[in-house]
Amino acid sequence: MRISLGRWLLPVYAVLALLFLMVPIVYTFIFSFNDSQKSNITWRGFTLDKWLNVCNVQNGAVCEAFGNSLIIGAVATVAATALGTMIAIAIVRYRFRFRSGVSLLLFLPMATPEVVLGAGLAAQFLSVGVPKDMVTIILAHTMFCISFVVVTVKARVASLDPALEEAGRDLYGSPGQVFLRITFPLLLPGILAAALLSFALSFDDFIITNFNSGAVTTFPKYIYISASRGIPAEANVVASAVFILALVIVVSAQLSAAARAKRLAKSG
Amino acid sequence: MTTGAFAAQGADLELVGIQKRFPGFTAIEHLDLKIPAGSFFALLGPSGCGKTTTLRLVAGLEEPTAGRILIGGKDITGQKPYQRPVNTVFQSYALFPHMTVLENVAFGLRRRRIDEPVAKAHEALRLVELDHLAARKPQQLSGGQQQRVALARAIVNRPALLLLDEPLGALDLKLRRQMQLELKTIQEEVGLTFLHVTHDQEEAMTMADTVAVMNKGRIEQMGAPEELYELPKTAFVANFLGQSNLFTGPVIGSTSDAIAVAVAGQRIVVPAARAHRHAGEVTIGIRPEKLSLHLSAPADDPARNSMGPGRVIDVSFSGVSTQYLINVPRVGTLIVFAQNMAFGPVAGEGGEVWVSWDIKHGFGLEDEPGDLPKFDADTTTRSIAAQRRASLITELEEV
Amino acid sequence: MAFAAFATTTSEAEQVPRRKSPVALLLLLPGILYLMLFFLTPLVSLLLTSFQAPSEFGDVGQYSYAFRWENYVQVVTDYLPHILRSFGFALIATVLALVFSYPLAYFIGVTARRWPLAQSLMLVLVIAPFFISFLLRTLAWKQILSDESFIITSLKAVALMAPDAHFTGTPAAVIFGLTYNFIPFMTLPLYTTLERLDLRYLEAGSDLYAHPVEVFRRVTIPLSMPGIVAGTLLTFIPAAGDYVNASRDFLGGPDSQMIGNVIEANFLVLQNYPAAAALSIILMTVILIIVSIYVKRAGTEELL
Repeated sequence: MRISLGRWLLPVYAVLALLFLMVPIVYTFIFSFNDSQKSNITWRGFTLDKWLNVCNVQNGAVCEAFGNSLIIGAVATVAATALGTMIAIAIVRYRFRFRSGVSLLLFLPMATPEVVLGAGLAAQFLSVGVPKDMVTIILAHTMFCISFVVVTVKARVASLDPALEEAGRDLYGSPGQVFLRITFPLLLPGILAAALLSFALSFDDFIITNFNSGAVTTFPKYIYISASRGIPAEANVVASAVFILALVIVVSAQLSAAARAKRLAKSG
Repeated sequence: MTTGAFAAQGADLELVGIQKRFPGFTAIEHLDLKIPAGSFFALLGPSGCGKTTTLRLVAGLEEPTAGRILIGGKDITGQKPYQRPVNTVFQSYALFPHMTVLENVAFGLRRRRIDEPVAKAHEALRLVELDHLAARKPQQLSGGQQQRVALARAIVNRPALLLLDEPLGALDLKLRRQMQLELKTIQEEVGLTFLHVTHDQEEAMTMADTVAVMNKGRIEQMGAPEELYELPKTAFVANFLGQSNLFTGPVIGSTSDAIAVAVAGQRIVVPAARAHRHAGEVTIGIRPEKLSLHLSAPADDPARNSMGPGRVIDVSFSGVSTQYLINVPRVGTLIVFAQNMAFGPVAGEGGEVWVSWDIKHGFGLEDEPGDLPKFDADTTTRSIAAQRRASLITELEEV
Repeated sequence: MAFAAFATTTSEAEQVPRRKSPVALLLLLPGILYLMLFFLTPLVSLLLTSFQAPSEFGDVGQYSYAFRWENYVQVVTDYLPHILRSFGFALIATVLALVFSYPLAYFIGVTARRWPLAQSLMLVLVIAPFFISFLLRTLAWKQILSDESFIITSLKAVALMAPDAHFTGTPAAVIFGLTYNFIPFMTLPLYTTLERLDLRYLEAGSDLYAHPVEVFRRVTIPLSMPGIVAGTLLTFIPAAGDYVNASRDFLGGPDSQMIGNVIEANFLVLQNYPAAAALSIILMTVILIIVSIYVKRAGTEELL
């Protein structure tokens, strides 16, 4: 028996709560159509202009920042996913010394406030004398993404039956072939999830970036800098487009998973 | 709510016109049932027959679509589960993983604010011989120990009625036997009313005073175990409780003592008192262990029915007895259990044999012969696989 | 998802595999070296920086290595209100997010079990805020709740707010922003534990004479503890170090500045690196102490 907080109380609350979460998203989306001048605070009428000419404002500053974010996100994601996946496999499959030390080293970056991570790296770059640019941002993003990749992929490796790999070896597969044809394809969903998570974390990161970016502007940093003098509607356009794209990807993945589950249930 | 007091003794349970519909299907059609106080009552049936739904209705975990539930004459249909003087030993045990064994057992006592919950919990744990593990967490116990904790957690509350939902299903055979004995002893000791739900016919027969066989949301037959076995009323009961050889044919003669049925041209006699239908097409049956095998046609004996000749199509030796499958033309396959009184099988595969049995052992069913399931030897691997598949499918549909 | 794994790293001990191989070293080495180089050593340089003293003949922003522990005394006396405010705001926001998220996660994870598609679509809505820049969301709230906005003017019209009161720029606005921004971090781990909650335990509780409220308190809450621990940590830690919500260009004002704002200002504007480093070390140490006490308590004893 479920706890009855009243038959309707809970569903109504859930709908209201989800609507509340959507409020600023809807606001941002609506104001991407605002025929605004410099700042995008009051509604001045509907226009598609900003969507059609995203890159024309401030010599394309919005688009440049967006492009930087994409490049940083892509490189950091590839690096963090590769490094993190290797660690995850090692942790689940092998016995080694300093196991708890490794676990702690992976847990700590997630338990450290971003401002500390950012300031620490910046202090290090400062003392070594490395100039802050795109490379330092990528190094920083890779660092904080690794732990998240490890926990995501680790769950997938742990759910993988070791007997499958043993069967591969039993059927004359060399270690390399077994990894390529059995382990890797089975881990792929976990690795993809980890990569998506990394990209999302990197793309939306501001705090660490702010400490290690020097003169380079990413999309979140662009918003932060412009916040005092007003954000152009073009920023809303970029954010809304990214939002819709991400939503379409996730929802279609969910729908196809649901359809697959239904088909499976029917055929049984 | 029955706060602060134990039920003095077991109370009787009465289900009146119970019906339960779920969206899409009816779990229980119409159920009337009375379980006397102090008895050990078993609800037996295959998965999906409605027995677990019945139990959950009594516990208050489901609400009936229609009908009333009475305990000790008091209508409790509208009461919530935590208000009912009923406790359940769940199939999964459902021992709270975040509490120790002792806390688990004391849980119900504390909720009812009964004095000295800890002392009473220890006492219940001593009854199941697990007091030395009181400080452990449930996950640290073996399956059999968890089962006993679940039992202690239920009986410590001295409910008027104790519900057991396939409580032994997860245990291995040896442990199950041991627990069956223990349950029976405890029931005699505490004198509660037990309602036991199971799909294991052997478990139901060895433990219960009264067994009700359920099928498709109805009770097919109810009675003492021997009675159900010796005189099944329907084909379902005849095959669910042990195995049976069933034959169909028209009644060709009847006296006050017996009826005679023509089965594939052979005259089979059944005592009238053991037959539910006395005219028209009827189904009659005989248990496999009641059959005798003959290597030549048996002499005519008015006290015995005989059938044959047939061919032995399979012989399987199981130590105490040997099972023969015999194909009789126009009748079908017969199953015979023969005690291994001599060395080796009486007949080999392919051999020609006759069977005979004492007229007193036959029985006549109540069923309409039309929709009779043909005799189903549910010990063959293929039929076990088919049943397993069917139950898996229903399980998957439930999820 | 990563959030579920976060819960398991803090509570359950994992099984140690038996196989030993040099391959393990090969797999571990690159990532571990990377973390040592870009996570551990930065912490060490942060520690070293926090003791630095201004160079004798240097410009602003030039420091040399020393052991000036007075730096810590200095930042604590200068910034004690900011430090206390950070942990206070983070604590309130965490509690609010928990209260907001628990019923939502319960509905998605337990009540909606029968409709898997609706369940997954609701989950998408919970994580949807992640798909849009967190700074833009915060700015959107700033405008939705500005003094000229519909909501605030209506509140003033019905006299629920004083006519000269503001919302943005106040501590309440910063707490509101922190709560909103970290709700998904709270809801997701709660959802993952509640989704796996075995309802038979609740049935057993109610069979054993526990009223629904007692079942919730004694069975549901303790069994969802891993999710509560993970969610509160995932909310509290970033909230304590956040400086976007409290920034004056966002929801903050002069009396709502947090430790993050001070670290940012000292590091990036004033170039007072030792002060920023000392504050970072304080922030990290306090968080680690709180986290370890909290995890230990939640893991071994019942909190309720």
